[in-house]
Amino acid sequence: MENPKKSPADRVSELVDKTQGSQAWNSIFRPGSVFRKGYTDSPRNRSYVIMNSVIYHLHPVKVKRHAVKVSYTLCLGGLSFFLFILLTVTGIFLMFFYRPTAAQAWNDIYTLQTSVTFGLLMRNMHRWAAHLMVLSVFLHMARVFYHGAYKPPREFNWVIGVILLTLTLLLSFTGYLLPWDQLALWAVTVGTNMMGYTPVFGNQVRFVLLGGKEIGTDTLLRWYVLHVLFVPFVTVIFLAIHFWRVRKDGGISGPL
Amino acid sequence: MTEIPEHLRKRAEAAREKAAEQAAAPAEAAAPAAEATAPSGEASRIPAHLLERSKSAKTKGAATETAVATSGGGGVATAVATAAAPPTATGPGGHTQRLLTVVKAGSIQDLKSVPVDKVHTWPHLLAVEFVASLLMFAFVMIFSIFMNAPLLALANINATPNPSKAPWYFLGLQELLTMFHPMVAGVTIPGMGIFLLILAPYIDRNPSNKPEDRKFAISLFTVQLMFWAVLVIIGSFFRGPGFNFVAPWTAGLFFEL
Repeated sequence: MENPKKSPADRVSELVDKTQGSQAWNSIFRPGSVFRKGYTDSPRNRSYVIMNSVIYHLHPVKVKRHAVKVSYTLCLGGLSFFLFILLTVTGIFLMFFYRPTAAQAWNDIYTLQTSVTFGLLMRNMHRWAAHLMVLSVFLHMARVFYHGAYKPPREFNWVIGVILLTLTLLLSFTGYLLPWDQLALWAVTVGTNMMGYTPVFGNQVRFVLLGGKEIGTDTLLRWYVLHVLFVPFVTVIFLAIHFWRVRKDGGISGPL
Repeated sequence: MTEIPEHLRKRAEAAREKAAEQAAAPAEAAAPAAEATAPSGEASRIPAHLLERSKSAKTKGAATETAVATSGGGGVATAVATAAAPPTATGPGGHTQRLLTVVKAGSIQDLKSVPVDKVHTWPHLLAVEFVASLLMFAFVMIFSIFMNAPLLALANINATPNPSKAPWYFLGLQELLTMFHPMVAGVTIPGMGIFLLILAPYIDRNPSNKPEDRKFAISLFTVQLMFWAVLVIIGSFFRGPGFNFVAPWTAGLFFEL
């Protein structure tokens, strides 16, 4: 009488039920998560999705209706952060194939482009995303200014934003040298020569930046460490404060 | 949290304002003649011109008066006393008074917060953010498939390319270098620029963020933006060998990203 063979659809749904009922699954997804068994779209669950997840560090449970309008923020701050993440991911990929010495750097990039799977694509994405991030951070600043969004109580977050803008420029500029081609070398020469004109200790500033009297393998190592470790580290700290202050000072698109 | 649709909230606010205006109008128009209606502590809250007017009215011995008093409660509430048209019975001093109290919502009822039109972050905001990041990812990916990042010849300290250009975002500074001493163009001006940007919220004391109230700030910022944009564009596209002026449509591009 009973059909011993179950249809594949039944098997799948049984498996899903079993997985979602398991202790492991329920330990990963907290109550209210959309991945939990029996999630229904209710106001309570909508609140839980935020409240019971890591997103609560970034967003409150509810936001003002006008804050959701794309035409208001143009998503520029969020996109800058997204580009930062994209740059971190592609940058880590590039680090596997790159050695920061004058003898190896250019060859490593060349090999990456010609004989590593997706190497060229990853390098392209890293480069274009970097230029885009400079642009989007800049436009984000302009947007914030035009909306007067730096006014009390958000003055200090604007200050952090300006620091983040300079950090973005530093990230981009330190990365510029790393391919060790003619473009990199001479762009950085122009840049560091300018900084060498700092009053009083111009020569010392230049010496510290270059790790010597002129650009060489020491400069490359120095800028590599700055680019992949030091500046991102400082940037992440300021990003954390920036995001935290956005929430504390009245949320995205602010205390209007 | 109270959820009231934006248009209803606005309508209610407008109605409330209208009511407040109407309540305020008779209070000001009426000639007050309060005699000892206000407690001594609150007397100072009655405007001086009203007090004077009331005194003169008292001396004239007007039959009908209106008294304005402030209640002892919070000082916000206004008590308007209007006399009934034909005085049937008179109190002490020959006055007939009927107290009609107009109280603002906040003074007796404890209004916790003004309801704001809000939506759930999930799905409204998260969906927007997710779509935006997907679009950005797609754009970077597709652009990278078709456009290769430049990789010129191996760095050679003995072969200076002509022209040598900084990254595009520093080309404005390099452009300034043609006009000023390197210390001014490379250190002083960008340093001052960053410093002024940081100070912007402390310099701009104007509390409004409506564009029509901030004409000066907006025009100043726009001029700055345009100034840098023009310098960067000139430095990027209109500077050729020896960093001399060239037209990109005749001499070609001297620009690498």
